[in-house]
Amino acid sequence: MKVTDLFKEGKFVVSAEVGPPKGFHIEEMIEDAKKYLTHVDAINVTDNQSSVMRLGSLAVCIALKNEGFNPIFQMTCRDRNRIALESDLLSAAMFGIDNVLALTGDYTKLGDHPGAKPVFDLDSVSLLYTMGLLEQGKDLGGQDIEGEPPTFAKGAVVSPCSDSLDAQLVKMERKIKAGAQFFQTQAVFDSERYIKFAEIAKKEFDVPIQLGIIIPKNAGMCNFMNNNVAGIAIPAEIIDELKADKERAKAGITGTEIAARIIRDCKDYCQGVHIMTLGWEDKIPALMEQAGL
Amino acid sequence: MLITELKSKESIDALLGAKAFIINCFGCKEVSFPEEEAKALQKELCDAGKVTGILTMDYICNPDNLKLQLENFKAEADEADTVLVFSCGVGVQTVADFFSGKKVFAACDTYRLPGFQGVTPQEFDCDQCGMCFLNGTGGICPITACSKSLVNGQCGGAKNGKCEVDPEMDCGWERIQKRLEKLGKIDILKNAPVQIRDYSTDDATKECKESE
Repeated sequence: MKVTDLFKEGKFVVSAEVGPPKGFHIEEMIEDAKKYLTHVDAINVTDNQSSVMRLGSLAVCIALKNEGFNPIFQMTCRDRNRIALESDLLSAAMFGIDNVLALTGDYTKLGDHPGAKPVFDLDSVSLLYTMGLLEQGKDLGGQDIEGEPPTFAKGAVVSPCSDSLDAQLVKMERKIKAGAQFFQTQAVFDSERYIKFAEIAKKEFDVPIQLGIIIPKNAGMCNFMNNNVAGIAIPAEIIDELKADKERAKAGITGTEIAARIIRDCKDYCQGVHIMTLGWEDKIPALMEQAGL
Repeated sequence: MLITELKSKESIDALLGAKAFIINCFGCKEVSFPEEEAKALQKELCDAGKVTGILTMDYICNPDNLKLQLENFKAEADEADTVLVFSCGVGVQTVADFFSGKKVFAACDTYRLPGFQGVTPQEFDCDQCGMCFLNGTGGICPITACSKSLVNGQCGGAKNGKCEVDPEMDCGWERIQKRLEKLGKIDILKNAPVQIRDYSTDDATKECKESE
């Protein structure tokens, strides 16, 4: 089911994220999804996340759909040229995968195949545009698509707490003009900064935004993300909160409280949340309850 | 080697303001420059009263040389609202860097040919992609200044202005953003059509062989 239809119904859309394994056995992943993700509206499936080779996003999307979940097919432009991307979009349509999140993708050198050729034939903007073309029954080569054209809920990402917010807003506008219908944000830890962004975005664009959430695990993880992950800015107070009681933090209690508080702070300024679990799928039910979702 | 080819008259007209200052680079011997076509186009622009002056030199990619030559054309350059550069991509970027408060546009596309690549010193590089993007990016090349050679804006991987691939390298798209903001031209980027590279223009050798 298209998440755009959920937004249209006025639903506050909650999505979670799973990363396919490095292998083709997904029984455990499906079991975890059945245990912890039955109350979310959609599940993103990452595409060779962080340039680390894994089981394909589309295959896992199909498996999740067969189990009754609503997958969002993440597509990066790092590993495929325009022919392969268009072909995979048609494959997705054939299997009824109709939510696609367009990403440019991390650079190859950051992953576990640093010598691989980085493709970037298209990027997030031109991939969104390409989806729109396919929907009109055309491909990028100007040829007609046979039969009924596919339709997609076309998603994109934005970093509200980026140190270059102006450039992010320009890119967001280019994505919307290229066809983006909903946005998921990079993880937010600073509600005030997010709200500032959301107010600009609301004034400039009329598009649903899902607040990105990561449950912080400990101070070390926060410091690492502050230093290394683009678009992440974790305030010192949150790091202190995690340091205060290490056992509570380790059990995920503190992190869940922090994440729930950020959701409550920002709830009036977003149309949904997107939870990136990083292995803590089991915290999602408690998080949703505490956040009042 | 490389070949520079004039952009279409319509696309050049669309860039020009009221008055343009023209710089030609007859460049290094490795460059094939469309001298006759450029002269004809520039005469047309002169006849229409749109040109404040024409500077023809070589090696505009050398900033010291460029600065020296421009000293004799100060009035002409000051009077113009636009600088139109007939050169390879390195030359255009050198001029755009020099006139950081003025609109600098490329009149040519640069194509690749095998062999020596001419003199391309300093910090600017031209990938000879055959579809020069400099006119939409404030004269900073997204192909060579961005690790991913993205043509529709930044990827979101930069941290504190530095590229995710090379922490020593400034994010090319943040440089473009700042340059366009300084020029008051950020709308160029906001409103640009979706850009998709045409890799079939990447190698002019093919076309040369076809026309032989």
